[in-house]
Amino acid sequence: MSDNLYDFVADLHIHTVLSPCGSLDMSPINIVKEASKKGLDIIGITDHNASANCKVTYDISIDYGITTLCGLEVTTKEEIHCLAFFQNFDTLDFFQKYIDDNIIKINNDPDKFGYQLIVDKDENIIDQIDWLLINATNITIDDLEKKVHELDGLFIPAHIDRSTYSLISQLGIVPKDISVDAYEVSKYSTPQSIIKFFPYTENNQFISDSDAHYIRDIGSISTVFHIKNRSFDEIRKALHKIDGRDVYINYQK
Amino acid sequence: MKVADILKWENTKILCCEDSIANIITDGYVSDLLSDVIAHANENMAWITIQTHKNIVAIASLKELACIIITNNNIPADDLIEAAKQENIPIITTSMTSFDTAGKLYIALHS
Repeated sequence: MSDNLYDFVADLHIHTVLSPCGSLDMSPINIVKEASKKGLDIIGITDHNASANCKVTYDISIDYGITTLCGLEVTTKEEIHCLAFFQNFDTLDFFQKYIDDNIIKINNDPDKFGYQLIVDKDENIIDQIDWLLINATNITIDDLEKKVHELDGLFIPAHIDRSTYSLISQLGIVPKDISVDAYEVSKYSTPQSIIKFFPYTENNQFISDSDAHYIRDIGSISTVFHIKNRSFDEIRKALHKIDGRDVYINYQK
Repeated sequence: MKVADILKWENTKILCCEDSIANIITDGYVSDLLSDVIAHANENMAWITIQTHKNIVAIASLKELACIIITNNNIPADDLIEAAKQENIPIITTSMTSFDTAGKLYIALHS
C-alpha cells in the first residue's frame, strides 16, 4: 500500500542576525512569524558558517506549526557557498565544531561587516561571535561533501547560478563527480537554464530558496516537498525521488 | 617563450606533463575564478592561480592554455594531476605569489 503524500512548502535558505549581512530584524521570532504569514511549512536556518540561532528558531517554530531544518551555509576553500543540514542537534554541534576548527579566523569589525548576534526567543542578545563568519574555511568542496554525508546530512551547493560565491562562478563548470542531494538555484534562474549548459545535471534534484537576509524576502521563492510528513528522512527521500516522494520549485508566487 | 623557460626560474616545479613543456606561451592571465577564466582567457596563455580544484584542468583544456602555474605554495590534489595527465596540461607549482609570478612572466614576455 502506498503512503498518503502531502505538499509542504519550504524555504530552506534563511539567514538570521547571526549572519553579519543579515538584517537586525532577522530574529528567530520575526522569521517564524513571517514564514507563517507567507504560508511556509518548512524553513531552513542557514547562517554563514554558523548555526547557533537554529535551536531557538526550531523551538519557536513548533508553536507556529512550522518545521525548522537546522543547517549552515558553509564557505568552502574555493569560496563556494554550500548548504549543509543535519538531522539532530548533536550532529549539528559536531559539524559546527569542525567548521570552527577550519574557518580562517579574522576578527569581525561590526561597523564594516555587521553584527553577528546569538539571541534567545525574546530577542535578547546572549552572545556574539568574534571572528568574521563570512570568511572562507580551508575545507575543499570535495572534503565538505564527504564530511556532510559521513554525518548523514544533506549537501546542497547554494544558488549555483549566481555570479559570486557559487559552484559555477568559482569552478566554471559543475563538476561531474560530485555527490549532491540537490542543487539550489536562486529565484533569478531556473533548473532548465542550468541543465541547458550542463546536461548531465538533469538527473539531479533542484530546489530554490529565498536566501533571505531581510524579512520581506522570506518565502519570495519556495520549493514544494511532496512527502508523507515533515521528517528529515522524508525530505531526504523527496530529494532523491524515493517511494513516490518528489520536489518541485514553486513558481506561483 | 615556452613552458620550459618558466621551469628555469627558481622555486618552480613541474608536477605533470613534461611532454608538453614545448608549449608556446604568448600571454598570461591571473585569476582564481574559473568562470572568469572561461570568459576572458585565450589560447596559449599561461594561467596563474591559487585555485587547486581539479576543474582548472578542464578549463585550461577547454581554452587551450599553455600551462597552469599554481602559486604561493598551494599544492594540488592527486586527482588534479591525474586529470592533467589525461589532458596533457603542464602543471607548475611555485612558492612565489601570483603578483611576483605575473611580474616575472610579464618581463619575460615583453623584454
